[in-house]
Amino acid sequence: MCTDTGCRVCGSTGVYEAFVEEVRKARLGRRVEVKATGCHGYCEKGALVVIHPEKILYVQVKPKDVAEIVSKTLKRCAVVKRLLYKDPESGERIVHEGDVPFYQKQMRVLFGNNTRIDPCDITDYIACDGYQALRGVLETMNPRKVIETVIRSGLRGRGGGGFPTGIKWRSARKAKGERTYVIGNADEGDPGAFMDRSICEGNPHSIIEGMLIGAYAVGAEEGIIYVRDEYPLAVETLTTAITQAYECGLLGRRILGSALTFDISIMRGGGAFVCGESTALMASLEGKMGEPRAKYIHTVEKGLWNQPTVLNNVETWANVPRIFLHGVDWYTSMGTGDVSHDPWGGSKGTKVFSLVGNINNTGLVEVPMGISLREIIYEIGGGIPGGKEFKAVQTGGPSGGCLPESQLDLPVDFDRLTEAGSMMGSGGMIVMDEDTCMVDVAHYFVDFLKDESCGKCLPCREGLRALSEILTRITEGNGRSGDIKLLQELSETIIGTSLCALGSTAPNPVLSTLRYFKKEYISHIRDKRCPAGVCKALIQYRIDAIACNGCHACFKVCPADCITGEAKEIHVIDQDTCIKCGSCYEVCRFDAVKR
Amino acid sequence: MDVKKTISRGMKMELEGVYPDRSSDEALERKVESILSLYGHDSSQVIAILQDVQAEFGYLPQTAFHFLAERLGIPLVRLYGIATFFKAFRLTPRGRHEIKLCTGTACHVRGAELVKDAITRELGIEVGQTTDDLAFSLEKVRCIGCCGIAPAMMVNKDVHGKVSAVTLNKVLSKYK
Ligand SMILES: Cc1cc2nc3c(=O)[nH]c(=O)nc-3n(C[C@H](O)[C@H](O)[C@H](O)COP(=O)(O)O)c2cc1C
Repeated sequence: MCTDTGCRVCGSTGVYEAFVEEVRKARLGRRVEVKATGCHGYCEKGALVVIHPEKILYVQVKPKDVAEIVSKTLKRCAVVKRLLYKDPESGERIVHEGDVPFYQKQMRVLFGNNTRIDPCDITDYIACDGYQALRGVLETMNPRKVIETVIRSGLRGRGGGGFPTGIKWRSARKAKGERTYVIGNADEGDPGAFMDRSICEGNPHSIIEGMLIGAYAVGAEEGIIYVRDEYPLAVETLTTAITQAYECGLLGRRILGSALTFDISIMRGGGAFVCGESTALMASLEGKMGEPRAKYIHTVEKGLWNQPTVLNNVETWANVPRIFLHGVDWYTSMGTGDVSHDPWGGSKGTKVFSLVGNINNTGLVEVPMGISLREIIYEIGGGIPGGKEFKAVQTGGPSGGCLPESQLDLPVDFDRLTEAGSMMGSGGMIVMDEDTCMVDVAHYFVDFLKDESCGKCLPCREGLRALSEILTRITEGNGRSGDIKLLQELSETIIGTSLCALGSTAPNPVLSTLRYFKKEYISHIRDKRCPAGVCKALIQYRIDAIACNGCHACFKVCPADCITGEAKEIHVIDQDTCIKCGSCYEVCRFDAVKR
Repeated sequence: MDVKKTISRGMKMELEGVYPDRSSDEALERKVESILSLYGHDSSQVIAILQDVQAEFGYLPQTAFHFLAERLGIPLVRLYGIATFFKAFRLTPRGRHEIKLCTGTACHVRGAELVKDAITRELGIEVGQTTDDLAFSLEKVRCIGCCGIAPAMMVNKDVHGKVSAVTLNKVLSKYK
């Protein structure tokens, strides 16, 4: 069963304890093993329990349900119908995990083992072919061959940039230095993404194995995993995994009897978004402020402590053992384009997205490259809740862009998403419905980056502040007629002159919303209206006299006492004292409160 | 946020001995010294050291800075730079209950801003502030990875999902 952070909120720890207790009481200890695993992905339905080998999936399990599962399913092989997943359309109950629509279109190459592995037990990973790829590499390949294989697989960085991993390794191998470092980037700064955390918490050994293969390829003896400070459980899991790997002789000296020596340590980040950027990350590893530097010389040549350094995202690392285990042909069968001569030629393998926002099936999804956004949102994600209209999908985190309905048939592909004004990014995918104001969204991201700008270079520091000021004034109803043009010009300057990619991608949310949702900007500026009803200064809450049936609910929750009306009579909001907190809108069950 | 005001307030709280565990400077220095020796006084580990110091005291006390600068041989200004650059560090004590409101994108589009307003209304504190009775402090955090139950907030170690202006009181009353 899943005991990842998301499911813990839904009480999975209690469910786990109940299982251990019930299995003990039923004296099933010899035949049944209760496993606390990493994330299964379907966070919407937590706590999740999967019963192997049949792969029966129970959703939204509570501790009180456990006794029934044990007595029925474990003892008598009967399913507990009410805990099965219910198809929202047909109302049918689905028994097996693989048949649930959420999982059907996915390709769980990295996450597939999450439902079977106890992340704190290395033998589980080994039982799922763990460290076999490493053994194969050490026994049959020289480093050059390893690098060649990674290049041919077309693997590209999952941390945002999409740079071909093999090419990076090759440059590092060629670079001259006293020693070489490899680093795993688990800083995951994108607000709205948590797949890196789930890999660290669910399958830490896949990262370690990937880094080992990378270390062998580039000739490194020292590795570091840089984890976000806000992920205490990930740090704990990785620490356990590293300790166990040392105990098994998979880290340290003469690994698996070969000449390979490799150590891994963990470094906790300090909570700065910019530290996900390569040069800033390395600065902070050296105990300095995390400020980026200009990359005239690449970090593969002079990175950490001025030595050749390979930095890859942890999801990239987790892909590596898979490629060697199943082969390049298998890997390149998934995805788009042709990478046989040029790793830039397409996007191969799978990508993990955290599918969140106004969507029915929130969770982590792993899909083959090339699948369309529409398939992800409607077939895996189950569409928009509450019968609302889809408005936009945002990918690429704060540096990405918002794509409208008309772009939904785009495939998930590094280059195609960039062309459309967004980007693959590290894997946040936020779905927005008609109640989302696109100007507000652009404002949100710009504000985020304004706060996170390290302040070293002027275009980013001052430019983002100016962008934010203009957007603030637009959302407050003080927009001016030249503002759209000003936003565009300013954005171009910031893109052209910023020192690092934080600044040079920061205007993307503004530009993409201007490109696809210009009408909303015009409504705000010219008509002083927020069509989605989000920008506080531009909306009023009113009660519709026809729909109001005097249930008095809004009266009770209003913190400003600005609603008048007796029970069973029509209520009225006093606009002068209303603080626009939205409470009445939220509690009204008759759609009588309008904004 | 008025930086000067918060810092002077932090110092005032320190002087008043709000945190009894650092009643004397020697006790503080002893604790910091033991953390330093864990890292072999290695100045490149300064971020990890500051994290541990903060875990010990709940914040970074002023006296610790002087001591650390001396022992690590780092200029005070660089230590201060690091401590103010990274969001994980704080220079003032926090309330007994720490509210961390998630303002990740998913929470934002599901109405985190309205929840923030409600907290401010209820407790009279803005983001980055602590109530006068030291009961609550409020912070914004980036995604805590609970997007499925957005908008979410953490009070101490407990995560609360689907919070709204209306349900907020119920959540807070558990800690009052
Ligand atoms: C502002 C900024 C933030 C970044 N944050 C992250 C991050 O959180 N995680 C990550 O893996 N890469 C992040 N990156 C990308 C890294 O700089 C780097 O490209 C990546 O870790 C390389 O690994 P990859 O090739 O496997 O993607 C960020 C880049 C920038 C400019």
